[in-house]
Amino acid sequence: MTPDFSRDHFELLGLAVRFAVDAARLERGYRDLQSQVHPDRFAAATEAERRVAMQWATRANEAYRTLRDPIERARYLLQLRGYDTEEESNTSMPADFLMQQMEWREAVDVARDAGDVSELERLRGDIRRSRDEMLVMLERALDADANFVAGCSLVRKLRFLEKLEAEIDSALELTEH
Amino acid sequence: MGLLQISEPGDSPEPHQRKLAVGIDLGTTHSLAATVRSGAAEVIADDEGRALLPSIVRYFPDGRVDVGYDARAAQAEDPANTIVSVKRFMGRGVADVAKYGALPYHFKDAPGMVSIETAAGPRSPVQVSAEILKVLRERSERALRGELFGAVVTVPAYFDDSQRQATKDAAKLAGLNVLRLLNEPTAAAIAYGLDHASEGTFAIFDLGGGTFDISILKLTRGVFEVLSTNGDSALGGDDFDQAVATHWRVGHRIADAKGGDTRRLLAAAREVKERLSFEEEAGVQVTLSYGQSLRLVLTRSEFEKITAGLVQRTLAPTRKALRDAKLEPADIDGVVLVGGATRMPHLQRAVEGHFGKPPLKDLDPDAVVALGAAIQANVLAGNRAAGDDWLLLDVIPLSLGLETMGGLVERVIPRNSTIPVARAQEFTTFKDGQSAMALHVVQGERELVADNRSLARFELRGIPPMVAGAARIQVTFQVDADGLLSVSAREATTGVESSIVVKPSYGLSDDEVARMLQESFSHAIEDRDARALAEQRVEAESLLAAIRAALDQDADLLGEDERADLDRRMAGLERAWNATDHRAIKAAIEALNRASEAFATRRMDRAVSGALAGRRLDEVASR
Repeated sequence: MTPDFSRDHFELLGLAVRFAVDAARLERGYRDLQSQVHPDRFAAATEAERRVAMQWATRANEAYRTLRDPIERARYLLQLRGYDTEEESNTSMPADFLMQQMEWREAVDVARDAGDVSELERLRGDIRRSRDEMLVMLERALDADANFVAGCSLVRKLRFLEKLEAEIDSALELTEH
Repeated sequence: MGLLQISEPGDSPEPHQRKLAVGIDLGTTHSLAATVRSGAAEVIADDEGRALLPSIVRYFPDGRVDVGYDARAAQAEDPANTIVSVKRFMGRGVADVAKYGALPYHFKDAPGMVSIETAAGPRSPVQVSAEILKVLRERSERALRGELFGAVVTVPAYFDDSQRQATKDAAKLAGLNVLRLLNEPTAAAIAYGLDHASEGTFAIFDLGGGTFDISILKLTRGVFEVLSTNGDSALGGDDFDQAVATHWRVGHRIADAKGGDTRRLLAAAREVKERLSFEEEAGVQVTLSYGQSLRLVLTRSEFEKITAGLVQRTLAPTRKALRDAKLEPADIDGVVLVGGATRMPHLQRAVEGHFGKPPLKDLDPDAVVALGAAIQANVLAGNRAAGDDWLLLDVIPLSLGLETMGGLVERVIPRNSTIPVARAQEFTTFKDGQSAMALHVVQGERELVADNRSLARFELRGIPPMVAGAARIQVTFQVDADGLLSVSAREATTGVESSIVVKPSYGLSDDEVARMLQESFSHAIEDRDARALAEQRVEAESLLAAIRAALDQDADLLGEDERADLDRRMAGLERAWNATDHRAIKAAIEALNRASEAFATRRMDRAVSGALAGRRLDEVASR
């Protein structure tokens, strides 16, 4: 018999199914749930109870991990609404977005080769600002307009920015050595 | 000393009696045990009042074993049979231990990890560690006057799966019921956080004898959440000793130091290193095996120059941990120093320089890990007092993945995931009609398989014939609350399920541990049986007590037939308890465990639903 995992992540952590999430409430929901199911509560219990506790705590961690990260949360919410973000298959992007991407990518390459830490950090700041703007748009698309097609497109763009930021992080790591 | 309590014959102890539980810090240089008594954690000293047990084991030709101070005294005289710093060999191969510098042992590559040739025969690091743990178990049982219910054993946060598995095996071999493997910096954070009622974000900087860990934790009321961890499981105080010994060997032209001389030099280096934390200059007189007597001297500034590279090596993991936690040094409210090696002034300066604030060092860096482990052991054993309601959320230190085409790693679970965690990934076949798939589980951050640690290899067979790319092989990684991995795989497209569960290959199988355990206790079969019987009876009692307690609360979750089945299994176990066949008790325990599975599942579902309903009420009330 498997545990009842029919609730979605939002319900499990005591939240309404929407993109905008109160971080404090999310954290509280997660901690309340873990304090019921965490294996540390069952270390002296029967083998069966220990196993069920591990399954539930795994489930709680998965829910929290997904909802804590805005891109993961949007992807999950779209999936609940029946939309696939097609991040691997759909590569069509507006021309201006692609141009901006290429410019950033070139700038990162140049700064990496020059070992220019402050330039890398400046670029990261630019990308983060752009990301924050997109997150505001994402919230409007998902919560106010229920425009899930636009939501999918924004998630794909955000994924680009995420990759770029990861590249900057590894470039910064390289310059430290 | 209080009087020993003896219960009336046939009178079973109170079910709510405190269970004896200890925390054990199994260290590279020394180990110790601690427990919670009348609400406070305290170390457990030996008969001579010493808390620390040198982690040194000496083997004699007749099979006798010395552990601790006696073994330490003999390290130069009998270096090949006196195993020092065995923790550095746990779960490691010959190529790994070669990196530690000159060591006076005869290593042999054995499946999974090195084996050390001793006068008593080959010994695995697991067996050597078990000797240390056994001494601490016996010491604890004497001090607490009773059999231990269980122990929390600490491991470096940066230990990989094979090192963790080896540690758990060693504890089992020492006859300990392992309640949890706990990361050392997390243990220190528990002791520190509860002691100081601290809130905020802390860095625990833990440099021990052989390992370095840096963990970033968020402490909020009642929750210890590890945000990230990093480290180097092959960097510790021992390396500082090696650096000093090498400096002298070169300076005094000591060519090809023999086993005993290697030990003499390392012991002298260690003594000088420790004194240089308080003195500007320190020296010792050493007599080498061929009669040469040397005065070995070092100033603090020389020492700091020789070991500056080692101090530097702690900073890259520190930066990585901060980056993974998405924090800057200035976001850290306090830096807690743990481990004897953090007494070195130049190390403290480097930490202060990096974080921009003086580190906190008001705790005994040698005892704090064991004290934290004792507090956690007390909670896990079910001795929780009101107000002790805290929660610990830890992470895995290194990513887990699978080998794919071209020797590349496909990451399945990223590092710093909160445990327990499970992830599934789909793979497919490469050739038409491929009926088997070789899976190779690795741990590490590098892209090439060859640069990571290999944990296990296994084959999934019986894949039905299909064209290349059509099969859907779902591989699931599950990491439990001890940070230990198990992997299962199944083919799902055709409904044909082929499933296999593997434990990484560095661990011993349960049967091997059971056999070694039996052998180590006694050679007489009757004694082994008597011990097995006693153990199975204790386990039976605690299972029956747990199920009775569950029935008191939630009997309504069971249908009539289910209840009857459960009652029958309980009666079966009670009958087996009264007989004297430990195998029959074991079988009855397993049967009862299986019979109680649905009950356990429903009880947890009820607890979760209750929590969700309770929260809704709270939120309505707070609006």
